[in-house]
Amino acid sequence: MKALVEARDLTMRFGGLVAVSEFSLAIPKGAIVGLIGPNGAGKTTCFNMITGFYRPTSGQVVLDGQDITGLPPHLVCRAGIARTFQNIRLFGNATALENVLVGMYVRQKTSWWQSVVFWPAALREQETQRTRAMELLAAVGLTDMAAEKASSLPYGAQRRLEIARALATGPRFLLLDEPAAGMNPQESQELMAFIRRIRDDFDLTILLIEHDMKVVMGVCEHIAVLDYGVTIAEGSPAAIQANPKVIEAYLGEEALAHA
Amino acid sequence: MNRSLHIILNCGVVGCLGILLALAERFLDGYSIQILNLVAINILLALSLNLIYGFTGMFSLGHAGFMAIGAYVCALLILTPDQKATLFLLEPAYPWIEAAHAPFLLAVAAGGLAAGAAALLVGIPLLRLGDDYLGIATLGFAEIVRVLANNLPRITNGALGFKGIPAYADLWWNYGWCLLGLLIVVRLLGSTTGQCLKAIRDDEIAARAMGVDAFRLKLLSFTLGAFFAGVGGGLLASLLTTIDPKMFLFTMTFNVLMMVVMGGLGSVTGSVIAGAAVTMILEWLRFVENPITVGNLTLPGIPGMRMVVFSLLLIAVILFRREGLMGTREITWERMAAWVRRGRTA
Ligand SMILES: Nc1ncnc2c1ncn2[C@@H]1O[C@H](COP(=O)(O)OP(=O)(O)OP(=O)(O)O)[C@@H](O)[C@H]1O
Ligand SMILES: [Mg+2]
Repeated sequence: MKALVEARDLTMRFGGLVAVSEFSLAIPKGAIVGLIGPNGAGKTTCFNMITGFYRPTSGQVVLDGQDITGLPPHLVCRAGIARTFQNIRLFGNATALENVLVGMYVRQKTSWWQSVVFWPAALREQETQRTRAMELLAAVGLTDMAAEKASSLPYGAQRRLEIARALATGPRFLLLDEPAAGMNPQESQELMAFIRRIRDDFDLTILLIEHDMKVVMGVCEHIAVLDYGVTIAEGSPAAIQANPKVIEAYLGEEALAHA
Repeated sequence: MNRSLHIILNCGVVGCLGILLALAERFLDGYSIQILNLVAINILLALSLNLIYGFTGMFSLGHAGFMAIGAYVCALLILTPDQKATLFLLEPAYPWIEAAHAPFLLAVAAGGLAAGAAALLVGIPLLRLGDDYLGIATLGFAEIVRVLANNLPRITNGALGFKGIPAYADLWWNYGWCLLGLLIVVRLLGSTTGQCLKAIRDDEIAARAMGVDAFRLKLLSFTLGAFFAGVGGGLLASLLTTIDPKMFLFTMTFNVLMMVVMGGLGSVTGSVIAGAAVTMILEWLRFVENPITVGNLTLPGIPGMRMVVFSLLLIAVILFRREGLMGTREITWERMAAWVRRGRTA
């Protein structure tokens, strides 16, 4: 299978600290891949390199055959990569609908001045953006909360809103940074089905960071394990659970209990 | 509420304003009309700074600089060549400065465009700076503009400035430009691009991750705000008929900033209300600068006293109502309809 996204020997140094060292991962189109590892292993740093927030010290990010290393975040997003944040970063003052509208901007065809002068094409586009944003809110089950302030939404709803906002940018590749953090067992159960559903409905390829092993093992087809910036294992959930290095570094008894 | 009803209501408001202005022009004395003119210009200025600071989150202290550019460009274009020949006492104006002439509409627009161009020029390096640095750097920019105005006698007539600028800026021009500014800013903020400006203000990192070219949009907001600051400066030049570099000290920026903060950072209606209120309060406070007699006690008038009183007022606002009059809320037709409905059921 052809890889949609490829990280090639990505290394990130902060002064003397090597946060990530020669991280390589090929993600096939349509896959759901997990990135796990103990706290501080360098998972979020990988996301930041892929999405253009950090310029890797060395290595490359390739999307669909195109080298996107070092592009600024907004161009990475335009190229088709969207993400969510470990600590939810919504526009708190804006409504849920407005949050999703911001995501639509990157695909906007008309210019700001056309809306100012009531240009018909701009008005039409604004209408379709709204309709589309409402559809996305419906897809994540937030129709009733469209007019609520984002900061006033319950935690789980905020996580889903952040995903809806990311979907609005029309991504091919979606990165989720700890989507199950702070969710109760039932919510994370629903989250797994939700992740599979958006993968199918929106034709996505997904890379997710997650500490909740039930979620990781339940939803991911392929898993990479980082420890102190080094990739110590890669393979199917079953292989990862059986890998002694992984058990030693990270999973311990907790994973064995779930296995 | 549907769009055509909105348009009808808005046209109604503009129509009422027109009637009120016609009545004011006919029945009010010159002093009151002058205040009404200042109200329009100050609303425009507050709106333009609110776009930059309140809606896009860029703490800019360069407004006096943009206003000065607009004022000088506009004044130079509406002064006749003959007037300019007699005005430039220290050194004669450059021939192209003396010859330049344009009708008022174009002169004001040119003032705005010049200010916008200056904003583009300083914005490209400055807008990459963080918040506090931007404030200091734009403050420096405004000071540079003022020093240039003082030291380019063949263009600006140096410290003497201009006198006898044609007084074209009547109620119609001032409120016309003010409405145009309101229309453009409200339309922009209501669009998806406007949502992105607010998104940059709330969380620039998240906005960039969502594909928003933050630098470009910040530059847009900064330039558009500076354009209307330049327009306001041009109108002010024609309203006051004299300008000189001292007029564009930091106090000018401070006044506008006060209106924005009092009205609410991120509220257009707040800027409109505060622009009008602050202008009137500042006029009304002039009495504290005159000698006051209470019984047989006479207090001497202290020049500058009204700014002291005013600053105290501002401190009080910051202490007791940090978010200003409106916060980030707006008075919209929907909200008014809701009030009416609630009033009826109560
Ligand atoms: N901008 C930065 N400057 C300096 N050090 C950084 C920076 N970003 C990350 N680091 C360091 O890099 C290492 C990896 O951090 P990262 O956030 O990627 O870990 P993580 O795997 O996401 O951990 P967690 O599970 O806690 O989220 C940490 O030691 C962190 O302190
Ligand atoms: Mg992390």
